[in-house]
Amino acid sequence: MATNTRAHPWMANSAPGAIQAMLDEIGASSVDEVFEQIPKDHFRSAPLDLPPILSSEVELKRDLVSKLKKNEDCETNLSFLGAGVWQHHVPAVVDEIVGRTEFATNVWGSYQSDHGRNQSWFEFSSQLGALLNLDVVQLPVYSWGCAIGHSIRMAQRITGRSRVLISQLSDPERLSVIQTYCQPTEMDSHIEVQQVAVDPLSGRMDISDLASKMGDDVAAVYFENPAYLGTIETEAVKIASMARFAGAETIVGVDPLSLGVMTAPGDYGADIVTGPVQPLGVHMQCGGGVGGFIASRDEEKYVLEYNGFLVSIVETMKKGEVGFGLACPHQNSYGSREHGKDWTGNSTYLWAIAGAVYMSLLGPEGFRELGNLIVSRARYAAKCLADVPGIQIVWPNSTFKEFVVNFDDTGKKVAEVNDLLRERGIFGGKDISKENNALGQSALYCVTEVHTAADIRRLVRTLKEVLS
Amino acid sequence: MKSIPEFRSAKWNEPVVMEMGRSGSRGQLFPAPEDEVTEAVGIDLIPAAMQRKDRAALPEITEFEAQRHYLHLSQMTLGMMGVSLFGTCTMKYNSKTAEYATLRPELAEVHPYQHPDTLQGVLEIFDDFNGILQNLSGMDQFIFQAGGGADAAYTMAAVARAYWRDKGKLHQRTEMVTSVQAHPCNPATAAAAGFNVVNLPLEDNGYPSLEALKAAVSEKTALIMINNPDDMGIYNPEIKEWVKVAKDAGALCFYDHANFNGVMGKLSARELGFDACMFMLHKTFGAPKAGGGPAVGAYGCTKELAPYLPCPVVVKHGNSYILDEDRPKSSGKVREFWGNVPQVVRAYAWARAMGADGINLASDISVVANNYMDKKLGEIVGLEISNPKINAHRMEMTRWSLAPLTEETGVSTVDFANRLADFGIDPYWMSHEPWIVAEPFTPEAGELWSKEDIDMWIGVIAQIVQEARTNPEFVKTAPHNQAIAQVKGDAFEDPAKWAMTWRAYKRKVQGSTKVKGVA
Repeated sequence: MATNTRAHPWMANSAPGAIQAMLDEIGASSVDEVFEQIPKDHFRSAPLDLPPILSSEVELKRDLVSKLKKNEDCETNLSFLGAGVWQHHVPAVVDEIVGRTEFATNVWGSYQSDHGRNQSWFEFSSQLGALLNLDVVQLPVYSWGCAIGHSIRMAQRITGRSRVLISQLSDPERLSVIQTYCQPTEMDSHIEVQQVAVDPLSGRMDISDLASKMGDDVAAVYFENPAYLGTIETEAVKIASMARFAGAETIVGVDPLSLGVMTAPGDYGADIVTGPVQPLGVHMQCGGGVGGFIASRDEEKYVLEYNGFLVSIVETMKKGEVGFGLACPHQNSYGSREHGKDWTGNSTYLWAIAGAVYMSLLGPEGFRELGNLIVSRARYAAKCLADVPGIQIVWPNSTFKEFVVNFDDTGKKVAEVNDLLRERGIFGGKDISKENNALGQSALYCVTEVHTAADIRRLVRTLKEVLS
Repeated sequence: MKSIPEFRSAKWNEPVVMEMGRSGSRGQLFPAPEDEVTEAVGIDLIPAAMQRKDRAALPEITEFEAQRHYLHLSQMTLGMMGVSLFGTCTMKYNSKTAEYATLRPELAEVHPYQHPDTLQGVLEIFDDFNGILQNLSGMDQFIFQAGGGADAAYTMAAVARAYWRDKGKLHQRTEMVTSVQAHPCNPATAAAAGFNVVNLPLEDNGYPSLEALKAAVSEKTALIMINNPDDMGIYNPEIKEWVKVAKDAGALCFYDHANFNGVMGKLSARELGFDACMFMLHKTFGAPKAGGGPAVGAYGCTKELAPYLPCPVVVKHGNSYILDEDRPKSSGKVREFWGNVPQVVRAYAWARAMGADGINLASDISVVANNYMDKKLGEIVGLEISNPKINAHRMEMTRWSLAPLTEETGVSTVDFANRLADFGIDPYWMSHEPWIVAEPFTPEAGELWSKEDIDMWIGVIAQIVQEARTNPEFVKTAPHNQAIAQVKGDAFEDPAKWAMTWRAYKRKVQGSTKVKGVA
């Protein structure tokens, strides 16, 4: 068995004599003896062949930092990438709180010993509920795409129907996840994901195509507001009423940072609402910052179909005191295994704490200022880019923070433009030219509160230079 | 021996944030759009039909009040900063060196759609860590997209669907076979993916019989999903025969390596015959679980199954790394992007800081320490080990029962767990469903805790057993030293009382208890 001459800083019982002391107590003659359940021929024949140990913190830090420094980042470069992960400002207090070892702990926790954590979770749901104008918010699942997938499956269980309508211009990344949750068609329980045409003039859902596809076998219609390509859906009330008339659920996806200036989805007929939690105070982390929320009205029809953790405020045994715990715990897969509502596991609950701190810092005025700042600068960027020869903005006046920039008339492909920008310290928008959207050589640009007017002018100047 | 702590939790009577603050207070200001911006685009840019009219009912507090509030809440969170032998979760030290590295802008402020040339550092770490897991398991390719162990089980179900679909047999291979003792995520994810679940019962020896498996598998079996050892600390010595029986029937074999800590460096999933396996990086590999994620279920498989993996897969191309998205047989994504990237970096750091010898030593210690814990628990009258007729040493955790004490005193395992919190001890893990052992608890000693820590933990268990005999009511009404008293559970199942947001709470208690707002 293993030998180590120096004790390891992460293992108290690696100190000399510690193992032997325990073996003596249990009356075992060797370490091998405690592994007696494993048949001899089960032990691996190939010895471990791992990279050499970095036995000191000095060496470990050097290795990690020297590798990570091979990355380029969006602080040194000027980035206009969005589409599922967005560069927003993260207040320093959020970083402090999510870094607290009591929260960023190895343990799962309990309601007896982790009251503060449970309260933070409830405050995440409460504050997000205030932005959404909805009474039930579940702790976040793995991602926005997963939240949509679970919501569609909720709608299937609620309605007993197995067809869902979504926009033709859906994010391929999220759509792939949605299809994993709904497909494949060979399985009896599959859900048909049917795409609804988009009005080419506005980027919004084509209402007449939606009407033609709506029917009494439709479980849900799903739309995003703002949508994947940035457009604001002004016909939300109409879509929701069409769904209701057909007995289908209305599932909406929203950007929580839009809700200081955009109507709360609870106010335009959404039944189930999803969205990303990363904008709420979580760094991009190369996509490792994603999470997705699910919310609804407080009706048993919905509450009894949630897949994950619902944190409820309750009274304690002490008069006037409140505490927190999990509502309806038996319906999830921990309680009911394969008979549970869908499935759950470790998720992204640390980001619920980040979100709670973030929302408490912003308050109602912060969200209003932020939404206004983002939409103003994004529209300004679109307007300035439209003046660059060869560039067209596809839907210039109806977007929130993302918008489609078309390069067809420049004679250059998006990939070429982005290579030229990158040489100049700018990450251009996401290349959407291969996404089967009939938008030609287009890129999805994202502008947020971190982009100043000067940054936007720099982008415009650089584009003029590389396109000339 | 360490004395039993006279623990008192911080108790701040912290209001819910929704009742804090005062009208007009601000915690975060944003600049107004620059004049050139407003002059160019004007104001009121949201279409009228979508303009928010109401003011979101959020708290209005200062930056300091937000900081203080959440620091208070963190102080009322134990988070294993006492001693926690929390079974099935494998308590470890989470390296701050690794955490601080991931907070650097070179990772925190990186976007997954950046050109791969700008992502070579993180891609190198992914590839290096893939190599480490390949070596630990014998599998050919790992991906990290799954956001936890359950998501990795779901990945297996998705890969199995894609595999059988490609073989034209998905209509026939409709069943997943597992043990009733497997983690709930295995049957649950397989069912969600559309498979019918076949649960095998346990025999007296603690695991299902080979005969039951033979009877269960057939040309309908798509896959088996099994953990080993189980949460009782029992290792199924027939696992090689299991894999052979399943493979003879054509099924895929998935090793849920959640309980890897006691066998790391000792077993290779591939050598045992498995086609795929899963490691929990937030558990076995020293990354924080953070109370329920972000986590990573690292999913690895043979090269025969690799074409069906969700995209992207990190591939080394000459001297640089790329993200392979062009895999026509791929099952489709289980989650956006490549996974919880910082957790992968932390797990890589753990593996490098442990080295092969350290990993082997950790599994040695975790099994020896667990047996030491078992020995000490066995000396306390009122506790009973699961499957008491099995004399062999258990693996890295052991399921115990409090049933004799409950019968004697009326104190249940739930009561007992409540009281543990009074000593700064995280309540133990009881058991996943179904509870096969009455009044269960499942401690796991692990390699983190010292012998003195384990002794102290045992000492607290012994003291509560004593209290159960002398003053059962005191145990049943615990916790007494915590931030709040025991919660009343009836509301959790009552639609008239449950309240998942402050909005719902205000609506439901309106007119009864008006809670004062204090900042």
